Amino acid sequence: MAAPAVGINQRSLKQKLAEYRHQPLSLILLIATLLAAAITVFILFSLIIYILVKGIPAIRPEMFAWKYTTSNNSMMPSIINTLEMVVLTLIMAVPVGVFSAIYLVEYAKRGNKLVKVVRMTTETLQGIPSIVFGLFGYLMFVVACHFGYSLLGGAITLALMVLPLIMRTTEEALLSVPDSFREGSFGLGAGRLRTVFKIIVPSAMPGILSGVILAIGRIVGETAALMYTAGTATTVCSNPMGTCRTLAVHMYQLLCEGREMNAAYATAVVLLVLVILINMLSGAIAKKLTKK
Amino acid sequence: MKNGKEIVMRGVFALAACVSIAAVALICIFLFANGIPAIVEIGPLKFLGGMVWNPNQNQFGIFPMIIGSIYATAIAIIVGVPIGLLTSVFLARFCPKKLYKILKPAVSLLAGIPSIVYGFFGLVVMVPIMQNIFGVSGKNVLTAGILLGFMILPTIIEVSEAQIRAVPNSYYEGALALGATHERSVYFAMLPAAKSGIMAGIILGIGRAIGETMAVVMIAGNQATMPSSLLSGVRTMTANIVLEMGYAADLHKEALIATGVVLFVFILIINVCFSLVKKGGNK
Repeated sequence: MAAPAVGINQRSLKQKLAEYRHQPLSLILLIATLLAAAITVFILFSLIIYILVKGIPAIRPEMFAWKYTTSNNSMMPSIINTLEMVVLTLIMAVPVGVFSAIYLVEYAKRGNKLVKVVRMTTETLQGIPSIVFGLFGYLMFVVACHFGYSLLGGAITLALMVLPLIMRTTEEALLSVPDSFREGSFGLGAGRLRTVFKIIVPSAMPGILSGVILAIGRIVGETAALMYTAGTATTVCSNPMGTCRTLAVHMYQLLCEGREMNAAYATAVVLLVLVILINMLSGAIAKKLTKK
Repeated sequence: MKNGKEIVMRGVFALAACVSIAAVALICIFLFANGIPAIVEIGPLKFLGGMVWNPNQNQFGIFPMIIGSIYATAIAIIVGVPIGLLTSVFLARFCPKKLYKILKPAVSLLAGIPSIVYGFFGLVVMVPIMQNIFGVSGKNVLTAGILLGFMILPTIIEVSEAQIRAVPNSYYEGALALGATHERSVYFAMLPAAKSGIMAGIILGIGRAIGETMAVVMIAGNQATMPSSLLSGVRTMTANIVLEMGYAADLHKEALIATGVVLFVFILIINVCFSLVKKGGNK
């Protein structure tokens, strides 16, 4: 026998192939698994590549003009509106989400009834489709509160929508802070509040941030919840009670009108690039957390 | 003094935790208070079981749309579950580490792409392809279902992968020691142990598919009639709301809100199933 080319507890390719010949089921399973993974990757890349290839040539400088007209289909007002929407939503969602996660992880005692109810409602909130959020926002802010279509109404609706996401990621980040940090802080005589804000939240920051960035991605991409809460006006929104369309709503309107495919392609590119960047940023920050 | 601050902040944290409870309560109250009267006015049977949706003649039957939603979701499950499940197995047990570093972010990107972009992709790529293959309008329930299947992939992959990873390695090692191949050990020893978690992921995917709006509205055809085949256009409940909410008035508007209520009830039922399955798995 020749000396084995591979380690004692490893098999050579030849041995593996011989084994598969005797085990057709294993071979089929292997092929199916590889195929499925390939399909998933193929879907993602075909979507990204198709939209980039068709969309980048469709981008014209006048699509970034400050004022929207029916001839230039400028998306600049929508981009500014999207930024406003993101900021306003985060102002409401981040404190509430982070604080409630702090309550769940740091304050609530085991077996607390409130915690059970909060977990149940958060799970429910997470499962509610965006169109139902949109209906609710419409009924509450447009009809009941007489806001009309407004940036504020849309932002509150979205804040409720991303709340579970921020809560969950913050909770995970807080839980990953070792207990020795808390014990050390308490041991040095710090109170609970001081421990939370000086020790625990700073160490959990990357996790919290990556959740917040994911939430930004959600806000940027949301359409159904905004159409009937923030409206579809094409102007830049100058006050919270004004009506405006975000980039995703802008894209839907372009597709509905059906006359400006080029503008729709260009908007899709901007939207896609934004989302890819946001995702990469979130991933990079989350990685920082695990490295430490 | 210091103690007072502690107590106040404790209250603030607890209050923040109650926001999600208040949100769910408000959503329930507003939807049911606005939707139920319309259902009563139209008549529950006529509304849920009616076959004709013709707002101009005050005919509000959403049965075709309920069927449309279920139809599209079923196709999404048939497409999405096998691909998603196998991909999650690949990620958890087959994937080399270097490839994993690329694939994992790719899957979360798949989850991050806005539904309007998926819909656009469906409209400009999948609809023409279907048109070429079948020779009828590409805007039909099959196209919508397949796209929905793609869209629920990340949900199923992420949940199942976490569940498979949570299975103790001794299951795998035990199967290997008994002479099973790598594939057999993974599929016949580990997967059954992760069964209930994977089921929970699939239910989550069903919820996603049935609630999806913007992608479906662009490629499902939106005819408010009973689908006669896989290649006929359908209108889902979500599409019904988005399409007509802009101009509807009076009873028509209330009927749309009532459609939202029916959708919401579907989602609540799915949520209950989800937590039951999850609880069953934790035992």
